[in-house]
Amino acid sequence: MSMTCWETVQAYGLRSLGIGERLLPREDYTICQHFTLIGSGLIWNIYFGALALAFGFFLANALALAKANRSAWVRKPAEWFIFVFRGSPLFIQFFLAYETLVLLPKSGIDVFGITVATAWTTKAWAGALFVLFLNTAAYSAEIFYGALQSIPKGDLEAAEAYGISGWKKFTRIEWPTMLRLGWPAYTNEAIFLFHATTLVFFSGFPAFQQKGDALYYANYFADKTFNPFIPYPIVGFYFILLTLALTWGFGRVNRHLNRHLPSNLKAKIRLRPALIR
Amino acid sequence: MFEYCSDPATLTGLKWLGCFLTTGTHQNFYWSFGTVLLLLAITAPAALMFGFLGATAARSHLPPLSLIGRTYIAAVRGVPDIVYFMFFVIALDQGIEWTKHLFVCPDLSQPVWSGLEFKVCPDAKVPLATSAPIWHKIYAFGTAVVTFAIVFGAFAANVIYGAMQAVPRAQLETAEAYGMSQAQVFRRILVPQMWIYALPGLSNLWLILIKATPLLFLLGIQDIVYWARELGAAKTSGNNPYPHGDWRIFYFLGLLVFYLAFTRISEIVLGRLTARLSHGQATAAGEAMRKAAVP
Repeated sequence: MSMTCWETVQAYGLRSLGIGERLLPREDYTICQHFTLIGSGLIWNIYFGALALAFGFFLANALALAKANRSAWVRKPAEWFIFVFRGSPLFIQFFLAYETLVLLPKSGIDVFGITVATAWTTKAWAGALFVLFLNTAAYSAEIFYGALQSIPKGDLEAAEAYGISGWKKFTRIEWPTMLRLGWPAYTNEAIFLFHATTLVFFSGFPAFQQKGDALYYANYFADKTFNPFIPYPIVGFYFILLTLALTWGFGRVNRHLNRHLPSNLKAKIRLRPALIR
Repeated sequence: MFEYCSDPATLTGLKWLGCFLTTGTHQNFYWSFGTVLLLLAITAPAALMFGFLGATAARSHLPPLSLIGRTYIAAVRGVPDIVYFMFFVIALDQGIEWTKHLFVCPDLSQPVWSGLEFKVCPDAKVPLATSAPIWHKIYAFGTAVVTFAIVFGAFAANVIYGAMQAVPRAQLETAEAYGMSQAQVFRRILVPQMWIYALPGLSNLWLILIKATPLLFLLGIQDIVYWARELGAAKTSGNNPYPHGDWRIFYFLGLLVFYLAFTRISEIVLGRLTARLSHGQATAAGEAMRKAAVP
């Protein structure tokens, strides 16, 4: 009894969230099943990427400012944080985080008489998201720090000549310029963060009840059919779409950040490979 | 290792730790760092070669060759590289066995991919089922190296292509004006000058390559990640002379420090190399060095 493609979509479209058919397909392995299940897994890649990016943006700004601070007490911790997360493989960071989190007492930690549950931290949705959040914050902080350092001297002098100084100078001149200068590199960071989310379910964090990401399901099909030529290109296809969507979205923001400049001075976003981290 | 290690149950303190850290399995763990270094030692030049070929192809005046080069460079941009790792390692294996199948198997009437199976005759297996285990290990490592080289070659090609474009046009035109042929300009002017432009990108790529080495674990190699998991897992006194709790966190902490030290040292060395290669170049850094040298 084989399903029509629409039935397959209904059964497996949200399988990665645990909704729909419980058992993964065990026969046919049609192209439709491939597309549906791998697409369903993509929900997790988008979840990890979007949330880590959103939270990471704020930490990255704070870290970049801390690294640019004159006081060593503020600067050094930021430098070390950035060095540790940029200097080591994300894969090892995932493993280390997972092994640390499983060591937390199972019964929870007692804080002033209130028991704080710890079991949820070992789940990918929380633990892996936390690692990705710290990781992207470190990479983005380095980008923003670089941008902060390359703000034209003249812009700052002009601001002071107009009597803009202190916090106002920061919010009106430095921060927007930093964002504008760093945005093309930050776009690349965002794209490669989404790519990095495919590591989650291969790095210690178990896929509970076979709820995994796009690559997890592609790997499932490749293991079952011994045919890598269908599932992996499908993952590739989905990620190219995701990359195009991100480039478009970040391009809109880039246009907004550069709106006051003559067209020959506008920053262009170039896709540069950054690979694994 | 040491003589007093013969009866681990009686040991305490540092002696216990000394014996524990020198067991046979721990020595396998230490050797696996060699595996990582070996991978880097082979992959880096191989990827550089692939990259050079890719970039040269992309610059070619022959449309089909140029298309191949450009496709190679573009292929790894939009897709997570780990997808390529997982894909190539199976695809290479199947490709090799299928090719061998065409030559050595007596009966070619059956399809190789039938239903849910990839089936070649026993003679076409690589390595043969009867081969020594070491050959299986070498083969697995070999496919991993080729996979790394293909993926990183594409990235290197991207960097080198950019570097070739960055060599000032005037340098090439001057060479042409002196009557050099296209090949001579390429060999004598373009290639020697492009390295300084390629170096920042290649340095970055080297650091990324270092950080990609734990992916060997995903390709089924017994690398440092594999051994860290094996050795760190809790051992009971029933099956192990050195029982301990779940120590994986310490092993992974060790790996983290290893990678941090490795990337830091690389950064320092690459910084020196950049300074050396900037010497006498028509770049800002080269100009600064020239001025500094003038008394």
